[in-house]
Amino acid sequence: MAEPILQLEKATIRFGGLTAVNSLDLVVNEGDLVGLIGPNGAGKTTVFNLVTRVYPLTSGTVKSGGVDLSSQSVNEVVETGIARTFQNIRLFKSLSVFDNVRVACNLHRESGPAHTLIRMRAFREDEASITRRVEELLGLFNLGRFRDVPATSLPYGEQRRLEIVRCLATKPKLLLLDEPAAGMNPSEKVELMALIQRIQKEFSLTILLVEHSMKVVMGVCRRIAVLDYGVKIAEGTPAEIQSDPKVIEAYLGEPHGTDAAHH
Amino acid sequence: MPKPLIALLATVLVAFGVSYYSDHIDPYYLDVLTDIGINIILAVSLNLVNGYTGQFSLGHAGFMSVGAYTSAAITVLAGPRLLGDDGGTALQQGLLFLVALLAGGLGAALAGLAVGIPSLRLKGDYLALVTLGFGEIIRVIFQNVDALGGALGLNGIPNYTTIFWVYTFAALTVFTVVCLVRSTYGRGFIATQDDEIASEAVGLNTTRYKIVAFVVGAFFAGAAGGLYGHFKLTITPSGFDFTKSIEIVVMVILGGMGNTPGVILAAILLTVLPEVLRAVDQYRMVIYSVLLVVLMLVRPRGLFNFDYAAIFTRLKRKLMPAGGAR
Amino acid sequence: MTEFTQQLLNGLSLGAIYALIALGYTMVYGVLRFINFAHSDVFMVGAFIGYFVGEHMPHGTVGGGMVSLLAAMLGCAILGIVIEKLVYRPLRDCPTLNVLITAIGMSLFLEYGGQLVFGATPRAFPQIFPAKTFAVHGIIVSMNQLIVIIVATVLMVGLQFAVYGTKIGTAMRAVSLNPKAAQLVGVNIDVVISFTFGLGSALAAAGGVLYALNYPSIDPLMGVVPGLKAFVAAILGGIGNIPGAALGALILGMVETFVDGSRFSTYKDAIAFAILIGILLFRPAGLLGRFTAEKV
Repeated sequence: MAEPILQLEKATIRFGGLTAVNSLDLVVNEGDLVGLIGPNGAGKTTVFNLVTRVYPLTSGTVKSGGVDLSSQSVNEVVETGIARTFQNIRLFKSLSVFDNVRVACNLHRESGPAHTLIRMRAFREDEASITRRVEELLGLFNLGRFRDVPATSLPYGEQRRLEIVRCLATKPKLLLLDEPAAGMNPSEKVELMALIQRIQKEFSLTILLVEHSMKVVMGVCRRIAVLDYGVKIAEGTPAEIQSDPKVIEAYLGEPHGTDAAHH
Repeated sequence: MPKPLIALLATVLVAFGVSYYSDHIDPYYLDVLTDIGINIILAVSLNLVNGYTGQFSLGHAGFMSVGAYTSAAITVLAGPRLLGDDGGTALQQGLLFLVALLAGGLGAALAGLAVGIPSLRLKGDYLALVTLGFGEIIRVIFQNVDALGGALGLNGIPNYTTIFWVYTFAALTVFTVVCLVRSTYGRGFIATQDDEIASEAVGLNTTRYKIVAFVVGAFFAGAAGGLYGHFKLTITPSGFDFTKSIEIVVMVILGGMGNTPGVILAAILLTVLPEVLRAVDQYRMVIYSVLLVVLMLVRPRGLFNFDYAAIFTRLKRKLMPAGGAR
Repeated sequence: MTEFTQQLLNGLSLGAIYALIALGYTMVYGVLRFINFAHSDVFMVGAFIGYFVGEHMPHGTVGGGMVSLLAAMLGCAILGIVIEKLVYRPLRDCPTLNVLITAIGMSLFLEYGGQLVFGATPRAFPQIFPAKTFAVHGIIVSMNQLIVIIVATVLMVGLQFAVYGTKIGTAMRAVSLNPKAAQLVGVNIDVVISFTFGLGSALAAAGGVLYALNYPSIDPLMGVVPGLKAFVAAILGGIGNIPGAALGALILGMVETFVDGSRFSTYKDAIAFAILIGILLFRPAGLLGRFTAEKV
């Protein structure tokens, strides 16, 4: 059996007196579509931050494909094939839509920085292939017409989509989506769900999704893990999670209908 | 041959031509042109650090002084021995000067490394003040090196700077900065400025970008220093102080941070204006300071921050409607 | 031994002056997260006000000295408040870089404007307090040094009271911890910020007068180097931390005095910057400060 694409073992992060993530065990295999849910402050984004090495682990391990990630820097983790989006969209405001995706192609650039000065054929071909790739990606996601527009002037839904496309430019194996449905209306959420399933198929991705919208989570995820105060309190299929009393209690504090009823 | 290279070679050729016929040009204008060229190098190189990469450096004059002293040390101290009693041929002098300038640039680049690395995790105000501090440290060090004249400065620097040298290096500076930034690699500088966390998240090594910006910027500042030293023929540590750094910063801000054509225009304007306003030279710094404040309050993007590429394309289309149907 | 104690005293006196300037830097940073570049020039203006008022006062009297000092403090408090209102407040929501550049512009304006108005040549600061020297156990103590230490101590105790014992002082601390929350509980941010600028500027002015007492040559650019050193002191102590600023200033004053007395004396100006780089490399939060990470 191949090594899981992401494996957290007893992962713990402590900030001073606060334990944000407490002895978390999580395994994500290739091809999975896993959801990570929990009330606000449960530590979900912190998990993303620890996987992408923004925060260092206090104890425990995080591995990808059997390789320990703890010695890597944030940009090195991207090289191993893990990409992420952000809760508050982080596009490059001084760059156009095209350049936002283009800059993410640096990871797989053939020529070196010195070649920008000499500009021989190898450099020109490299740049041309990058241009083709970016245009292709933008076209696949209906962003081609915004090519030269400043990225932050796009409508909200398009910005979210662009952030995901930018991730795809880094050729990831594992994609971490941090609340991609935030601020979306119901029809946008439906589009998002379709998008997530599409990119998983077309780009052979494994996806780990943090989300508050139960509609989206229950709709696309095959497996869900629930965090509360940094501790994993449940894990299973959407149906199992929806009926798990511990989960219900964590969200509402008393046995009641879950958010699923409202979405 | 790629377009930027053509532009570079064309400029060098023109510079050579002007230099060749420099006897026929009023020396006053030659001096102003030289000043303009040196300021272009300083402003464009600083723009890479401040404007494109967003590292607010207030110590650029420090790198200039390292370059000035290093290159002067070579021509003044080692020159006579290398060139012999007759002063050597023009070619020999030219070669020596080239070596001196490159050495100045390299020395400054090393200083850039020394300044850049500790400054990496600093933001905005902190970075500005640390680079300022470094500039001051460099000044104090040179004040204490008696072999280079100490506080009184170094005299007797040979008059090697010509229009050719200045504008060759100016062209090289612009060429380097523009080529670096207008590439997939170069988008990383701007991304680093916009959002470091997002940059790291798409695989960019922001640390390396910042260091490259500092080192490349410092190199050209050093070359400018060398050209300056062999133009003014005398250099003192206090001539490369905080005020000098500010003058360069004003050019970058006026030109619009991260806009190379704008910065070049600003450098030209801010070199010519004090000449034109010689009479009110004592008000220069006061005017600069008011300019800075007013600019920030009213038009922080700078005065020359236009999309020159778009303007150029529109002009081209208007002037050359050829190419088939509209 | 007496040499050492002498240097100790000198260092204390110098450190006290740096502290008065550093406190202004740290307080403004605390409430606005911004380094007021023009602060060092308020120090200079204080010295000049002290000069002009002092010229009209009977020299060598405690009364005359006090009037000059208080005039400088009041004048600069007003100056600080005006600068904030006119130049920094409109830019409050702009990127820090813009405000920083504005502060630099303001600083240059005061320096070179001062040169235009007062001329660049240094002036001799009058002996506004009685000039006396005491010899205590072989150590020479000048009245001026004593005044520096006494006034600085009084002012710092006063500051401590203002910050911890008054309503507006508490409001200032609240704003420096969390501006939005402070506003939500009814704190008027504009008033607090004006108060902070006024207080910091008054202290800098006192520093200016006291500095001029001991180094009686004043000119419009006199604030640049002491200002930078005081800034380093504030960073050393932990920027935003009031006791830290005083501690950092004291340490810096001591170190600089001892270096000045050693064979490396020509490098004494560079020492402060070397310390700055050292702190930022090894302990960016400073001695008493706390480093807050950015939320991702």
